[in-house]
Amino acid sequence: MSSTLTDLSMLELAAKLATREVSSVEATRASLQRIAQVDPKVRAFLRVDEPGALKAAEASDARRHAGSPASALDGVPVGLKDIFLTEGLETTCGSRILEGFVPPYDATVVRLLKEAGLPLVGKLNMDEFAMGSSNESSAYFPTHNPWDLTRTPGGSSGGSAAAVAAREVFGALGTDTGGSIRQPAAFTNTVGLKPTYGRVSRYGVIAFASSLDQPGPMARTVGDTAALFQLIARHDPRDSTSADVATPDCLTGLEDGVRGLKLGVPREYFTAGMDPEVEGTLRASLEEFERMGATLVDVSLPHTKYALATYYLLASSEASSNLARYDGIRYGQRAKDARGLKELYTQTRGQGFGAEVKRRIMLGTYALSAGYYDAYYLRAQKVRTLIREDFTRAFQQVDALVSPTSPVPAFKLGDKVDDPLSMYLMDVYTLPCNLAGLPGLSVPCGFTQAGLPVGLQILGRPFDEARLLRIARAFEREHDFFRRAVPV
Amino acid sequence: MALTLEQVRHVATLARLSLTPQEEARYATQLSQVLDAVAELEALDVSQVEPTSHATLASSLLREDVMRPSLPPEAGLANAPAKVGTAFAVPKILE
Repeated sequence: MSSTLTDLSMLELAAKLATREVSSVEATRASLQRIAQVDPKVRAFLRVDEPGALKAAEASDARRHAGSPASALDGVPVGLKDIFLTEGLETTCGSRILEGFVPPYDATVVRLLKEAGLPLVGKLNMDEFAMGSSNESSAYFPTHNPWDLTRTPGGSSGGSAAAVAAREVFGALGTDTGGSIRQPAAFTNTVGLKPTYGRVSRYGVIAFASSLDQPGPMARTVGDTAALFQLIARHDPRDSTSADVATPDCLTGLEDGVRGLKLGVPREYFTAGMDPEVEGTLRASLEEFERMGATLVDVSLPHTKYALATYYLLASSEASSNLARYDGIRYGQRAKDARGLKELYTQTRGQGFGAEVKRRIMLGTYALSAGYYDAYYLRAQKVRTLIREDFTRAFQQVDALVSPTSPVPAFKLGDKVDDPLSMYLMDVYTLPCNLAGLPGLSVPCGFTQAGLPVGLQILGRPFDEARLLRIARAFEREHDFFRRAVPV
Repeated sequence: MALTLEQVRHVATLARLSLTPQEEARYATQLSQVLDAVAELEALDVSQVEPTSHATLASSLLREDVMRPSLPPEAGLANAPAKVGTAFAVPKILE
């Protein structure tokens, strides 16, 4: 029972919960059993909250029994990237400096999921402070890709993607600053949605680069992704950048197909360096969209090649400022033998941060420092404007843009650890969307000969998530890649 | 552009990071590589372009200025590495 139960999509499970064919306690126990069985190999979880999840499941079953479920997904167990504050449950953001930190309050999205009745099974591994594209910068251990345990699940929401793909949870939340939801989704045959900037509250989400960070859903199907998205897309007065717009209805038109839609193919996203199998899979997917009645339009986003440099300057600058709060005074780890206050700061931070985090703090501090601010930070902000304008022009011509999510399939653990520039190139197709604040989604579009998943990225106009999901669903309906058994 | 060890130490001081000599050497090399890579932005003429600081489409929202309960002191202090009464404890700042 339990193995087939964990194979259900969130919406399939919700239907069985609604008819009382399955209880939330059974589903949650199945999830916990699956974690016990496969997580020693996958290592997606930093910590599992068995008592908390079972208690929430019992409460959910009582609501279902009383005929008053809290939401459509009441009782469906999910996981959380360890970047979301959870009251009373340790939250480390993949860093040693926050080891032992027990938040005194819930992130808004955590509160929303609790209110909607979803049992929260545990906290998922990630690159330290979400800085990485492979989960290898986690201070604790790397997560393995369930499709090939010698490979990375991507990052930084790699634990979330791996847990969803390995059927350890039915869905999860991640965050995306430069591709951290979409790239791991592409590496693991899952669906990941990075909402429009401001659509989902960042309150209680540990900050990396505040003008780029955005939480979003990760799941095995497009329908699940839409359902989870609707639970968290809420205006929040506690986040001053939260958009005051109504929660969208993404499920009603989900099956409407792509007939009549104009899909732009940005020529700058099909460049040298793309894996030939990824390119072949993508080209075949584009032809399918045409067969389904969409029109493909060649478009240009001329400043694409500047996005990587712009992103690393802006994200690192914001990070160097955001991470100044980790000083060993109010929470987190404190260096033991420091003499004096200044040494307390420098040693706490020197010991508490990992190599990638220090590298970005150094880059950001340099870019913001006297004499360099105009040359680096301000110039990058201006180029950001040019990148945004590229998208604005493209969306005057087309309804959405389609491209690969990542230039390569999942790479081997250890392959790029000591080569930051090569690691940064992994995000080349995903990060322009964050700079422009647009919604983006990755949907499975095939497998390589070696059985590695390939993802298709769809980018849209601000607040147009419903259309992105509809396009993704049209593609998913032809394939059902999510039914493919994961080898772990 | 090559960063000297001295520049690396200066940036580390600004960032309040203690680095080992090995880290200083590694970051000098790696940050120089990253700075070389981002130098491509210099090719663009941005003299007439306004900077974008945030992707938000609306301006920042302000909430009503009403009092709300905040964290009680014991919850705010619960994670403190060292505390005295209702205060965070730090090493002596004046010798």
